[in-house]
Amino acid sequence: MAYPAGYKYTTDHEWIEINGDRGKVGITDYAQQQLGDVVYLELPEVGAKLTRGLAFGTIESVKAVSELYAPVGGEVVEVNAALKSKPEAVSTDPHGSWMIVVKLSNPAEAGVLLDAAQYTALVSQ
Amino acid sequence: MEQAPVASLKKTPLNARHRSSGARMVPFSGWDMPVEYSGITGEHMAVRERAGLFDVSHMGEIEIAGKDALAAVQRISCNDAAKLQVGQAHYSGLLTPQGTFVDDLLVYRLASAHFLLVVNAGNIAQDYAWIAEHITPAGDAVAVDASSRYALIAVQGPAALEILQPLTGVDLGALKYYWFAHGEVAGVLATLSRTGYTGEDGFEMFVPPQSADRVWLAILESGKAAGVTPCGLGARDTLRLEAGMRLHGSDIDETTTALEADLAWIVGWNKEDFVGASALREQKSHGVRRKIVGFEMLDKGIARHSYDTYASGVKAGHVTSGTQTPYLKKAIGMAYLPVESAGLDTEFEIDIRGRRARARVVPLPFYKRPK
Repeated sequence: MAYPAGYKYTTDHEWIEINGDRGKVGITDYAQQQLGDVVYLELPEVGAKLTRGLAFGTIESVKAVSELYAPVGGEVVEVNAALKSKPEAVSTDPHGSWMIVVKLSNPAEAGVLLDAAQYTALVSQ
Repeated sequence: MEQAPVASLKKTPLNARHRSSGARMVPFSGWDMPVEYSGITGEHMAVRERAGLFDVSHMGEIEIAGKDALAAVQRISCNDAAKLQVGQAHYSGLLTPQGTFVDDLLVYRLASAHFLLVVNAGNIAQDYAWIAEHITPAGDAVAVDASSRYALIAVQGPAALEILQPLTGVDLGALKYYWFAHGEVAGVLATLSRTGYTGEDGFEMFVPPQSADRVWLAILESGKAAGVTPCGLGARDTLRLEAGMRLHGSDIDETTTALEADLAWIVGWNKEDFVGASALREQKSHGVRRKIVGFEMLDKGIARHSYDTYASGVKAGHVTSGTQTPYLKKAIGMAYLPVESAGLDTEFEIDIRGRRARARVVPLPFYKRPK
């Protein structure tokens, strides 16, 4: 599965699609492959404050629990409620399954994220 | 993604087949094993609805033979092997003098004075040493670690019989649950056993290692129309948990007795002395203080191995196995609870990463196959 060119990526395997001062956040195809079938998501409430690099939720597959790490700092302005009741969509459509929308507190933070080519190189090693 | 094999891990005779088929490989009990082929959920469902194919060659085989082989097995294995006819197998435990588990195992009676013990992969060396030490007083019997002489392949699911029957002259329909027969499968000498670790009908086949790949491919070919699916250890674990089967190292170990594990049915109460007997008899007469239960989550969340449990607000023990099950589509698990909190429908709490979530005691097994 190709990594969308318009997204930015973390080394923890989250993606963020930034539009102005807002970004949709999900996990990459590589991450969902490592997890196996996703069965449960624990996501923050609207209004929760995120710090770049710290956990904002958890994702569970049949066999394991993993943390979700914030690609940028900011405030959660939207949560994908539909995804919470249908978490298996993360496995089938990882790059279309956004989990939260974050309002970036410091848009400059996005500068340290990987672009699609860099991320592809990272997971191809 | 290429996964580099770890040099020190042991490999089953089907290792190259797993790798060339794209299975995801993980280290398990010192072995390089497939955790999943196409995905745990799909593999789990295939076994419940059609059939799954498993490589369980990492399991250990220890043979005990000699004039006093029965006495030797009776001493080290808690179930009553005198009840086994030649061609029959049963589930049992190797217990410590305290009645706790060194390992759990299947005991096959190959001949009146020849037994085959199938033990967990991670415990082979320890079990063998323990058995060799404890059978000495039983008389004329020797134990041999024959693990490298067998590959073990399982076909599990409602279509298992129709998939295997064309490959063997053994009348599989006539083979009762927990009985076995010698014959051939795909032209290879084999012992075929109607056993498994999934809660479904199915068969396990002991075959020579050099022929394992041939048998594996023949079953995939024979089962193509029926939809046989190669499965990894991930689905094996979720299947056995739904079926309420204990996993050594998680649900039972050297800290839990056969009675606490609710496995009194594998204890040969009427036979003579065996290792662990006096401790179990004493525990039976006094009653256990805690026991294993099945539970399902009432609140959202999935309880996992080692999460703490709380009964009436007091720390009560921990979860031994837990997952979201693909077939029942519920978060379930097993845990030890004080007996006063272990009754059916009793509610208790599980600490899920800092949050207390409610769970309820339900009967084991969670899943029983339709007859």
